[in-house]
Amino acid sequence: MDTQAIYFDNNGTTALDQRVLETMLPYLSAQSGNATSRHIFGRSSRQAIERAREQVADATGAHPSQVIFTGSGTEADNLAICGITAKNGFEKIAVSAIEHPAITRAAQSMKAHGVVIESIAADTQGKITIDALQDLLSSGNDDKSIGLISVMLANNETGAIQDLASIAEIARKQHAFVHTDAVQALGKMKVDFAELNVHAMSLSSHKISGPQGAGALILDKRVDIQPLLLGGGQERGLRSGSENVAAIVGFGAACELISRELIQRIGSVRQLRDQLEKGLVKLGAVIFGHGADRLANTSFFAFEGIEGETLVMALDRKGFAVASGSACSSDSTEPSHVLMAMGVDEDLARGAIRVSLSNVNTAAQIEAFLLVLEGELSRLRRLTAIAV
Amino acid sequence: MTARMPIYLDYSATTPVDKRVAAKMIPFLTEDFGNAASRSHPYGWTAEKAVENARDEVAKLVHADPREIVWTSGATESNNLAIKGAAHFYQDKGKHIITMQTEHKAVIDAFRELERQGFEATYLAPEADGLLSLDKFRAAIRPDTVLASVMLVNNEIGVIQDIETIGNICRENGVIFHVDAAQATGKVHIDLEKLPVDLMSFSAHKTYGPKGVGALYVRRKPRVRLEAQMHGGGHERGLRSGTLATHQIVGMGEAFRIAREEMDLENARIRRLRDRLLAGLQEIDETYVNGDLKNRVPHNLNISFNYVEGESLIMAVKDIAVSSGSACTSASLEPSYVLRAIGRSDELAHSSIRFSIGRFTTEEDVDYTIELMKSKIGKLRELSPLWEMHLDGVDISKVEWAAH
Repeated sequence: MDTQAIYFDNNGTTALDQRVLETMLPYLSAQSGNATSRHIFGRSSRQAIERAREQVADATGAHPSQVIFTGSGTEADNLAICGITAKNGFEKIAVSAIEHPAITRAAQSMKAHGVVIESIAADTQGKITIDALQDLLSSGNDDKSIGLISVMLANNETGAIQDLASIAEIARKQHAFVHTDAVQALGKMKVDFAELNVHAMSLSSHKISGPQGAGALILDKRVDIQPLLLGGGQERGLRSGSENVAAIVGFGAACELISRELIQRIGSVRQLRDQLEKGLVKLGAVIFGHGADRLANTSFFAFEGIEGETLVMALDRKGFAVASGSACSSDSTEPSHVLMAMGVDEDLARGAIRVSLSNVNTAAQIEAFLLVLEGELSRLRRLTAIAV
Repeated sequence: MTARMPIYLDYSATTPVDKRVAAKMIPFLTEDFGNAASRSHPYGWTAEKAVENARDEVAKLVHADPREIVWTSGATESNNLAIKGAAHFYQDKGKHIITMQTEHKAVIDAFRELERQGFEATYLAPEADGLLSLDKFRAAIRPDTVLASVMLVNNEIGVIQDIETIGNICRENGVIFHVDAAQATGKVHIDLEKLPVDLMSFSAHKTYGPKGVGALYVRRKPRVRLEAQMHGGGHERGLRSGTLATHQIVGMGEAFRIAREEMDLENARIRRLRDRLLAGLQEIDETYVNGDLKNRVPHNLNISFNYVEGESLIMAVKDIAVSSGSACTSASLEPSYVLRAIGRSDELAHSSIRFSIGRFTTEEDVDYTIELMKSKIGKLRELSPLWEMHLDGVDISKVEWAAH
């Protein structure tokens, strides 16, 4: 790419860590076998995959045998929602109102099979309310009980962190399985499958400075699941298809870096985010989910009367890559469903901009960003004044 | 160049990534790392442009419109999406589906799943040469048949099916036709402007591209509809959600570009190597080529060596990396279902080896392999009482073995 834009869209995707790349290169260049083959080429691919499985497990408080490698976080979400619901014959499932489309649309697809989908409401800070969950789980307005709930660990837009351990405890009392989409949480907060006490958890490699093309579902082996992809029987028959050795190796390496560097990463990125938000508030921004526990790298905000898309484009011209919502929905001009669930005014929601930082960002970049933002805001406000 | 140890002759299981492909991929792992769905900044645009260039290259190899190419994580996903997606979409028209017994597991298992969901499936046996009888295919079609799936090139025995005729039969009967072409790209010419095929699966890692990426061709005229199997951000026009792995897609595009430009020359060279290997191995007594030799890709040679035990054979030839049966089932000791389907006995199926030759195979590799096979099979047969009986003129198949 010829531009030198400053990258503030790390919840969209992250730059690959150089150290991760180096672990991948042998599997992209030398003769790397099909991991199912029994000769030496196949066996060395198999070993590399099993090593990565341990690295992913170590970084997430899971056992290696609980790790099912997939092609993406979306696939892990679909596998969890569709696979657990179908295999167990659940007639009703519940997903929170602030989930990624990979969860909500996977759940919607089960409607065709007669499954009832309930939505778990969120409060104004973007946290799902325990009361709403309690009511849903114990509601007896029909005979169907909820078999599965899915609540994301950390939201991709606001960064709001849910109290999954409490949610899981409540759900387990009602004999419901619990899935959490931890795609945005991994690498930005401590993620421990055992402590969260959930049955299934989705992960993605490219959000943690690993390569695109790998994800995983961490699954309690007592949960029956119907595979999405059938065929050669890879991943204990739960995900067929020749393993993407290079991407899996990279995913493993990125997880190992998290195990080693997480605390330091969170500390430095939190400083940057706080510096950013101090400046944003001075400029009159509304910061969404400000009152909730949030990921240290994420800031989701809007300025009254300023259209988000316009501001994003203006910032882009000045060399700052930010997002106006989640990348997956940035094709559409609908206001964020997360903000709608939080009861944010629709006009204000249309102004939403997300800055998501990483460790390669610097205090100088934040300073420069705030300066540019101030200039663009007053320019856009003048334009609006003329238009009126 | 002297022969490398062990010699890789398992190109049908996976191919090494071509250096030119890797070179194209690396920038998208480093500076150009954007999410192709990010529309608000140049990181996303650069990624999107690269994805679309790659789509053009894949389309060009098979004479398709780029808009007919949907990215997937590999041929397994393409097969699952095509078969389950089409069967689900058209199930109101009928619930009968047809395939062959010799298809890849990804097709067979997708059919099995549809059977569990209430579809009725016919699994046609091939003829002894591995080819599908067109009469039998025609006879299998019923008024309620909605979908047929026949692979272009078989992964184990390399035979090429007459896709054009099979497709025409499907057209005459209003049956959606899916073709698994994972083993075919870069080996046979594919022209989807002429071929009456509705859906076609592709893989990158069988054609010197990276693992973890594939594509599904979905015909636009006449339009074929699918029910998506993976839901989310609505990528790939809603047919397949999930962040696109840009570097892998770029790799697949480059791999398919190279295939398009070099396949004729490359196949001529590979055919010479395969014929040399065949001639050498046929000097060994009691060898049987599995599958038709004429309608076959030049890359594949599948041979059974009579009077040697399968597992000992594999252990004896560790200096060459080959496959006994397809890689995806080689963890099991079951004899290959493909070889059983073409009528091979358990013994011959067990003692089969698939040699698959590719871009980096040399004449030295082939000569070394011939000598190795001659010497190892000679040694194994020296130890074999069955071979001794055979030399004495006993017809082993007629011997009645006593239980102990």
